[in-house]
Amino acid sequence: MGFKITVILSLLALQACSMTPWVKPYERAHLADPIMNFNRDPISSNYIHHVYDAREGARGAGIATGGGCGCN
Amino acid sequence: MPALLLAVAVVVTSPSNSMIVKFNHVCLLLIIFFQLSIAHAIVLPEDRADVLYHSYDGGGATISGPSILVRKKFNENISATVNRYVDNVSSASIDVVTTASPYTEERVEHSVNIDYLHEKTLMSVGLTKSDESDFDAKTFGFNISQDMFGDLTTVNVGYAQGDNEIRKNTDPSFLKLSNSRNYRVSVTQVISKDLIMAFALETITDEGFLNNPYRSVRYLDSGTGTGFNVQAEVYPNTRTSNAIALRARYFLQHRAALHGGYRYFSDSWGITGNTFELGYTLPHKEDWVFEFTYRYHEQTSADFYSDLFPFGGTLNPAQNFLARDKELSTFSDHTIGVGGSYEFITDGNNFIKRGSVSFHYDYIMFAYEDFRDITVTATPGSEPNYEFNAGVIRFFLSVWF
Repeated sequence: MGFKITVILSLLALQACSMTPWVKPYERAHLADPIMNFNRDPISSNYIHHVYDAREGARGAGIATGGGCGCN
Repeated sequence: MPALLLAVAVVVTSPSNSMIVKFNHVCLLLIIFFQLSIAHAIVLPEDRADVLYHSYDGGGATISGPSILVRKKFNENISATVNRYVDNVSSASIDVVTTASPYTEERVEHSVNIDYLHEKTLMSVGLTKSDESDFDAKTFGFNISQDMFGDLTTVNVGYAQGDNEIRKNTDPSFLKLSNSRNYRVSVTQVISKDLIMAFALETITDEGFLNNPYRSVRYLDSGTGTGFNVQAEVYPNTRTSNAIALRARYFLQHRAALHGGYRYFSDSWGITGNTFELGYTLPHKEDWVFEFTYRYHEQTSADFYSDLFPFGGTLNPAQNFLARDKELSTFSDHTIGVGGSYEFITDGNNFIKRGSVSFHYDYIMFAYEDFRDITVTATPGSEPNYEFNAGVIRFFLSVWF
């Protein structure tokens, strides 16, 4: 069953590869604006995520990750 | 064939046969995605240098210091990033003043990351080393990113592993070890010419000594003047957590951006969490960018957490595992943030192309539901719930060269 699902999804992936992009390259000016960047200043976002990782029990799936603790 | 190597690595490190089958399917799909991508849009990170001053002040703890990050391309295919980060810690937090002694210490972290662009694939490997007086951490990780479907989709797969040494400043013979493994998959998808979304999934496993060697739990003891006594925390030796997040950024027609996100978290210790983010980014003229953010986080406590155990002692603990770490309790926090950037060089020369200075201030309000403020004298278990506010400063200078 799992193998069949894999094959079906693989065929869908093949189909997707042949599609025409629905947002053309010349329509991406807004997306290319720096204010649309999820992680515009990594040094800044790394730090604020470190603050939350140290003060909350939840972790992971953030925009940036780092090592160490400094939170004892 | 780096994608294939990564897929094999993920399968080998997965824990059970059924998981291996599921991972095989996922990895097969990822390999197909990687091999059939049809466009080349991934580029190396920009050459830039940042110098950051950071400060956290709240709940009796002050942590501040510098961070320096430099990114530089060596050629069209390879770039390197180095970072030095310092925390100067001065802590008299409620944990410290009630069961230990105020302290000061320094943590220094160094990291280096190499990015390699090969045709349509961006591969990154990184090393991080963190040193403090009682905790050393070494982390190795790698990521692979690929654009596909006419550059509308970016898939990122990453793995990291860390090895930690935990010591105790008050006991030179104390030495414990722990390790962690991070598995991460994210997909960024262009939805329309104004909307982009990102989905992230991350699993983290830890093994070894996972609690703080200084922290204690408290339990009822009528034989003491306060009505309670303390004993050392005891945590399980393993922890597995899963986090899933969905984020979006939307371009508004007056050249501004609205962004939002949600993360769900759960782990094998019984903690579940929900985090919401909302923000608005507004450029002004050619050289200013302002940002306003709001973030809300809530979580339940770990199964073995209690503010006050009914009885205790080393020989007669209330349960196998004991915790009174407020980060493992039931609580919520709200963050309100404001920030601004001024670009003082917008059209520079060959040496410095752009330069900006930025300031961000975040105000975090923590409110605990089952962690009591034992600096207040009262019958044990009837003290008010603890709450505190913290201010976070990020002030940084950036140049692009």
